Amino acid sequence: MDALEAFRRDTRAWLDANCPAEMRVPVRGDEDICWGGRNWVFKSEAQKVWMERMAARGWTVPAWPKAYGGGGLSHEEVKVLKEEMARIKARSPLESFGIWMLGPALLAFGSEEQKKEHLPRIARGEIRWCQGYSEPNAGSDLASLQTRADDAGDHFAVTGSKIWTSYADKADMIFCLVRTDFSAPKHLGISFILFDMTWPGVSTKPILLISGKSPFCETFFDDVKVPKANLVGTLNRGWDIAKYLLTHEREMIGGGGGGLLGGRSPGQLAASEIGTDEAGRLADPFLRADAARAEVDALAFASTMARYKDEAASGGKGVGDKSSVLKYYGTELNKRRYELMMRAAGSSGLEWEGARTNDGELPRGWLRTKANSIEGGTSEVMLDIVAKRLLQLPSA
Amino acid sequence: MLVLNDDQTMLQDAAKGFVQEKAPVAALRKIRDGKVADGFDRDLWRQMAEMGWTGVLVPEDQGGLGFGFVGAGVICEEMGRTLTASPFLSTAMMAATALSRAGTPAQKQRWLPAIVAGEAVIATAIDEGRRHDPAGTAMTAERSGNGFKLSGRKTYVVDGHAADAILVAARTGGTAGEKGGISLFLVDPRAGGLASERLSTLDSRSAAELAFDGVQVTSDDVVGEVDDGLALLEIVLGAGRAGLAAELSGNAQESFARTVDYLKERKQFGRTIGAFQALQHRAAHLFCEVELARSAVLSALQALDADADKASLAVSVAKSKASSVARLAAQEAVQMHGGIGMTDAIDIGLFMKRMQVASSLYGDADFHADRVALARGF
Repeated sequence: MDALEAFRRDTRAWLDANCPAEMRVPVRGDEDICWGGRNWVFKSEAQKVWMERMAARGWTVPAWPKAYGGGGLSHEEVKVLKEEMARIKARSPLESFGIWMLGPALLAFGSEEQKKEHLPRIARGEIRWCQGYSEPNAGSDLASLQTRADDAGDHFAVTGSKIWTSYADKADMIFCLVRTDFSAPKHLGISFILFDMTWPGVSTKPILLISGKSPFCETFFDDVKVPKANLVGTLNRGWDIAKYLLTHEREMIGGGGGGLLGGRSPGQLAASEIGTDEAGRLADPFLRADAARAEVDALAFASTMARYKDEAASGGKGVGDKSSVLKYYGTELNKRRYELMMRAAGSSGLEWEGARTNDGELPRGWLRTKANSIEGGTSEVMLDIVAKRLLQLPSA
Repeated sequence: MLVLNDDQTMLQDAAKGFVQEKAPVAALRKIRDGKVADGFDRDLWRQMAEMGWTGVLVPEDQGGLGFGFVGAGVICEEMGRTLTASPFLSTAMMAATALSRAGTPAQKQRWLPAIVAGEAVIATAIDEGRRHDPAGTAMTAERSGNGFKLSGRKTYVVDGHAADAILVAARTGGTAGEKGGISLFLVDPRAGGLASERLSTLDSRSAAELAFDGVQVTSDDVVGEVDDGLALLEIVLGAGRAGLAAELSGNAQESFARTVDYLKERKQFGRTIGAFQALQHRAAHLFCEVELARSAVLSALQALDADADKASLAVSVAKSKASSVARLAAQEAVQMHGGIGMTDAIDIGLFMKRMQVASSLYGDADFHADRVALARGF
């Protein structure tokens, strides 16, 4: 037996022994996800046990080095772990912006002290992070951001506001883009800093969305004092970190299309709602044709995500600018999925409140997907990046 | 791992170098303008045999290279970029798959060395109507003495006019539409009662319409099991479909690359047209689609190598996606080239013509999307 097969056998045995039965049921929605953090209230004992057991092995962040709370697994071992978790339908033990975004950025740009301080606490689900990027006048043109961090001797004085800060009202800390040089060209006056959401001068205000939910906030900073040691990387070169982190965010958002509604595809969902004919074909031929094309695209897209990860691993690099391909295609595909599911649902997709529909889970989810092609860089910005960086087409 | 291994990358490099030197698009123009009846260059085919390509799917213990479907697909992709015409798909992929998996010892001995040597071309005759429908096979194979008599018609038999043998699907039982009752036979194209008409096709290659009027074959000519040929035919078609998908991926990549080059050269309104965002976004979207096609093709080829009996979903995803992406790539290529894209002077139209043939053959994008939906429960 080769080493990878031995790892698979051991992993399977460990998961069988340690993953609680309640954690082997697909997540139904955001409320089933474990986000961690100082104020986190576990939804069940099983959720707590599962996160702690996985964190103790470093498997909440299996690819990170062991020295920072990770599992130290190779690319191939991480794939085996994911396959074995999928085999028993095990939920992810912990999700967070720390895992998806800040962690990779700190691993690439952070000081040793910063890595030692922050990464293990992300891995153990102790600190929940939010992302201070967009501002009211800096959306697609993110580099024009105006939140200022003035040099005040031993600290920065941070003043300004952010918008679309996901879960800012629930987060413990923020990784934030600030302007530290107003005279430099816009990309060369930005710095990347970390601070605590409980510090004086920080306030948040949830934004009510068309889904009736408030996953995003406005976030305000009024003379927040941030120690200089909380600067990541080089002063005024935060844009490099910002872009690197965005490639991870975009890869993550692009791959986020499969989770809800038990992981079933629109065609499969429609078959259970509408029924099939004798040959097994969905009884609505127009919906079926569109769902079949979406199924082909979804399967081809899943292969593309796998291929990019494998190429990146065998080349020793990240996915890089190709994350824009995943972000663009994955989010447009997810919007198509929800349009198809709404068509399949008919009037049962029109209820907004009530236990029967889990408070309109489907229509609220449908509305939520409309943000997918905006957040983390719009589809149009993604196409610009593909055109300029991957195809080398000239600027206007 | 959804990446090529070192051996496969070396084969890709060798294939790219070979077709670009020996069989560029200009070679297809020579076949077209010279009205070459075979629809391919026999000298080139012998050179491909010398490269070992003819044995890419023939196991090593039967005289081949045993390189597998990923290797075969890599070659198809490179031939797709240069529009290289050859019997690779019909003979080295489909016939080699049928014979190496299900041939009798005598059949293997007669045909596999000849395939590997580049001395035999073997076509596969399946469809009878204008649309792809293997289970719709109606041609009859009535028992007659020690063998069978074949009667019926076959349409669009790729390389059928140039073949040394033809693998024919016919009914030994059941009726058109039923899955059981289909058998496969190796037929001599010169057999009595078999009339062949060469079709001149828009991709400048050739195919045949075959009329069988009581063509006598013996039981030694049966490939695989009598009445149970559809499962083998599915694997043979899997090879053909995956090969076409790989070729279409290469076709799309090349017409797209030529279009991006043109966007960087052509000037209008005082600037390079590639600077216009209206065109940039269309090109960027097309790039994403081409990327998906490439991934689907590699997944399908790997699935065939892992277990050809279980690869039909992956193959249908690849054939459907590559067919629709190559179509989009050809349409966008002509549109973005503007008027010159409509002329025979440049090659873009040749990519569109081959795309139309390759995307239709053995099931178009819709046929395979239907199969994907059925496999996925709807």
